[in-house]
Amino acid sequence: MMTVVMAIFTIIMVSLGALFFFAGTVGLLRFPDTLSRLHALTKADNLGLGLIILGLLPQIDWPFGALKLGLVWVLILVAGSAASQIVGRKVYEEDKS
Amino acid sequence: MSIAPILFSTLAALVVVLAAFAVFGRRHFASVIGFVAFGLLLALVWMILSAPDVALTEAAVGGGVTGALLLCACARWREIQGVPQPPIVLRIAAAGLCAAVTVGLIIVVLSLPSPPPTLATTAWDSLDVTGMGNAVTAVLMAFRALDTMLEKVVLLLALIAVWSFGRDCVWGGRPDLMFLPQKNGPLTFLAKILIPVGVLAGIYLFWVGADKPGGAFAGGALIAAMGLLAIFSGLIRPPSIENLRLRWALVLGILVFLGVGFLGFAMVGDFLAYPSALAKPIIVVIEIAMTLSIAFTLFMLVVGPAEKKP
Repeated sequence: MMTVVMAIFTIIMVSLGALFFFAGTVGLLRFPDTLSRLHALTKADNLGLGLIILGLLPQIDWPFGALKLGLVWVLILVAGSAASQIVGRKVYEEDKS
Repeated sequence: MSIAPILFSTLAALVVVLAAFAVFGRRHFASVIGFVAFGLLLALVWMILSAPDVALTEAAVGGGVTGALLLCACARWREIQGVPQPPIVLRIAAAGLCAAVTVGLIIVVLSLPSPPPTLATTAWDSLDVTGMGNAVTAVLMAFRALDTMLEKVVLLLALIAVWSFGRDCVWGGRPDLMFLPQKNGPLTFLAKILIPVGVLAGIYLFWVGADKPGGAFAGGALIAAMGLLAIFSGLIRPPSIENLRLRWALVLGILVFLGVGFLGFAMVGDFLAYPSALAKPIIVVIEIAMTLSIAFTLFMLVVGPAEKKP
């Protein structure tokens, strides 16, 4: 019974996460300029990734597997936000000049 | 009906599309980005083919370090705009050599007997002799240790070739990146957080390689990538190529390998032979030295030849 509940939780969360990734990708392809594309991508992907990690947590061994998964989430958040800051700054500087 | 075949064929098609994009792309930068994505997807393919060791190395070397190498080459390319291109004969010769290698590979792959001859079961059955739990590491470090050692020599020769491209007047100087490091920006912030975690992960990859997917090459490549991040974010400067400690670090892996190889004559009576009881500690010592050397060699390969006077 418990495993069924966990599996349903995983399916819902991972599907929701994939939906956010899809929305972010549509934004990346459809939005008119770099900054709004960046906006679509970062928001949607960060939330999507969070949901997918949350969904996978019940499926992995505790505590070290879960800790690794958590670390992956934090590292991608940090790397993603740093990369989008760099792209954003570059666009800002080019617009100014 | 299972969904797996659809997913796998989509993935395979994507890999081919990305490869074509990387080769035929009109802008160098876009091609390199395509190549990096190609490397990451290829790692996923290796994962599906149940070869996690290859997948890790492909992701770290194919996608990561080679990507950085090509990006640096892009930056240099802009610097040499206007320099006359090599003569047409030389270019035709280069294209001919590349085509010959490709055709040779195709012929070899097509002429393999089916099923291909394999030593996999023999290696798997003798795993206990080495004290390793990961068959890939056992093959690399014990059964075919000579190949692995020569591979390290090739890596060092590649670095010497890169160094020899530097001008004579700056020999022994520091390599110089063709773009300014982004000091005190988001990249520095990222570097300060990521480098300790990345170096730890690199050491973990090498250590866990004895029993699980991982190993010296993937670990060394990850540590090299962290060094490159430190350079790109302006936290450190590339070391001078005459730096004695750097040079020791570059040859340490080969020296330890050779030393153990000759010790084999004294202990077991053959080159690179380990006594079974000591196999595991000996392999760990070689791998520590190798990880260090691989990390420094890959790192110096990307930062390039000396550009500034010593």
